[in-house]
Amino acid sequence: MAKMNMVQAIQFALDQEMARDESVVVLGEDVGVDGGVFRATEGLHEKYGPARVMDTPLAESGIAGTSIGMALAGMKPVAEMQFSGFSYLIVHQMEGHASRFRARSLGEWSVPMVVRMPYGGGVRALEHHSESREALYGHLPGLKVVIPSGPRNARALLVASIRDPDPVIFMEPKRSYRAFREEVPDEEEVLEIGKAEIVQQGEDLTLVAWGAMMRPTLQAAEAVRERRGTKIEVIDLLTIKPLDGDAVADSVKKTGRCVIVQEAPRTMSVASELIAILNERSFLYLEAPVKRVANYDVVTPYFGREMMYMPSAERIERAIDETLDY
Amino acid sequence: MPIKEIETFGVSYLQILDETGKVDTSLEPALDDAELIRLYRGMMHAREGDQRMLKLQRQGRIGTFGPCTGQEASVCGPTLAMTDRDWFVGAFRELGGRLMRGDSFTDYLLFHNGYEEGSTLAAERRTLPFSIIVGSQCLHAAGLGYAMKYKGEKDAAVVTFFGDGATSEGDFHEAMNFAAVWQAPVVFVCQNNQWAISIPRENQTRSETLAQKAIAYGMPGVQVDGNDALATYAATREALDRAYSGGGPTLIEAVTYRMMMHTTADDPTKYRSDDEVDGWRARDPLTRFRTYLEGKGIWNDDLQAGLETELKAEINAAVEAFEARTEFKPDVAFDYVYGTSHPEIDRQRAEFLDELKKEKPNG
Repeated sequence: MAKMNMVQAIQFALDQEMARDESVVVLGEDVGVDGGVFRATEGLHEKYGPARVMDTPLAESGIAGTSIGMALAGMKPVAEMQFSGFSYLIVHQMEGHASRFRARSLGEWSVPMVVRMPYGGGVRALEHHSESREALYGHLPGLKVVIPSGPRNARALLVASIRDPDPVIFMEPKRSYRAFREEVPDEEEVLEIGKAEIVQQGEDLTLVAWGAMMRPTLQAAEAVRERRGTKIEVIDLLTIKPLDGDAVADSVKKTGRCVIVQEAPRTMSVASELIAILNERSFLYLEAPVKRVANYDVVTPYFGREMMYMPSAERIERAIDETLDY
Repeated sequence: MPIKEIETFGVSYLQILDETGKVDTSLEPALDDAELIRLYRGMMHAREGDQRMLKLQRQGRIGTFGPCTGQEASVCGPTLAMTDRDWFVGAFRELGGRLMRGDSFTDYLLFHNGYEEGSTLAAERRTLPFSIIVGSQCLHAAGLGYAMKYKGEKDAAVVTFFGDGATSEGDFHEAMNFAAVWQAPVVFVCQNNQWAISIPRENQTRSETLAQKAIAYGMPGVQVDGNDALATYAATREALDRAYSGGGPTLIEAVTYRMMMHTTADDPTKYRSDDEVDGWRARDPLTRFRTYLEGKGIWNDDLQAGLETELKAEINAAVEAFEARTEFKPDVAFDYVYGTSHPEIDRQRAEFLDELKKEKPNG
């Protein structure tokens, strides 16, 4: 058991999986000698050599497309996108091929690959380095989309993603990379993809978030508890697709009230989808409209103004109060 | 400082069998009679299959498809050079090659009539399903090539097919670059059939040849007469041997012509002249190959008639098998979204089946 930050936990998962299975390879821009711009692949090049830790040419579609080829030949590529903002070139290969091989061949072929990408704001970075576009990948049938929120679940979910038989988009909240440390067990730990986690039990309101939004969300829940004594059930989605709608709907059947927090723009988002699910499965239990605390439908502003747009603990707190007082 | 030339480049052109069927014996590949006849049969099979599919399509018995007539040598020659260990990564105009690899024409018809059952090609056969997005499969070929190198499969390489239009796509360039950087065992075969639907080759790129695009990536590139099956075979043979021995990828531009429409959904008379098409008729890949076989004394009218009868019977049987298949599991799409089960998919499947039950029999 060692205390690790999220980047270290990701490196730990990659290292253990590469040691366990030699079909696992890592590829991407600067992932080799340099160890990745966030150091998530540090030491792997030295340990496993350039054939397994590949510094590729600078071409995202190329990285995704060649990973598909490797996966078709029985390898397990773990590709890194330097930033999710540069990943849109791979949508073509992921939607056009990775997501479809299993269905188009009725199971004869499959593409077990992982695309890791740091996403989200809050690190004072240049344009294209702050977006939260999980809904875009989540919209594509055949892909799985996973978002950890802390070091321990990042490690266990990355291991699950590498062992998964399907293409997985693994989105890493870069704001949380070095924000805090957790104990990560040395022994194997694998979380199930497609399962949300109830991180805090409660009866008065369901609060849902994922990724970097978990920390302000938990802060807000704690503040409301201190102030009003409210027992809030907090759910960490962990998987965006396939979405664990039942976990949220079952919780709302108990609490009758729900607030969803996301970094992403509001319209056609994961929050929108959750509200649709609640409408279908727990409509008669609702005592207040489900509230979204989201970013706005604007082009993500430069980092000078970025945090004004991002849901803050205070904004989440106000949404909780409004939902409780409805 | 005077300006000095630091590098010069050239592009070779290979033709072994000319338009009249005359062979350049100094370049003639060492193929035995059985191999030559296998190659001719593959091309004939594709031609006959194309003609039959055109009729089926016009009668509404299959959906749209991309005919390969005129381009048989560009695919069958390279396929003859391949073994079962090599990967065949095609697009959607490689009927002859797929048949030579052992794919069934029944499957080809099923695919073109809208059923995934036609693209379940067994993974161990190393023939990938159809790739409709132009040029996108080139990257899969580069990745497969890397995998062969990684696994130490020295007797296995990848041959990928694409058209002249694909050479404008980013994926083509990225694949060429990745394969060259990795020195991956990949043979890129460009079927330059002069037309990308209605866009002529000269509007696709200002490059004098497509073969020269290899130069920029540091790999050999050669232009061959794509209607000369001996040339396409020989160029692929050389490229595969280089690939097996660690010499990396090759680009082959096979200069050919799409004698029919892009797919059955378009009308080529809108954008090209009959004269142009007629000019290419004289360069037909099958006619010249038959002349060559006859010149070698291994082919004659009787054998030709026998082959035609045999292929027609085979095609008829495939069409019958295709049309006899009428039961298709409606909810199959839910079976293969993921390799793991998930309650959301199960829920939607149940809903779908329930809705189907409520549909009126004839809509």
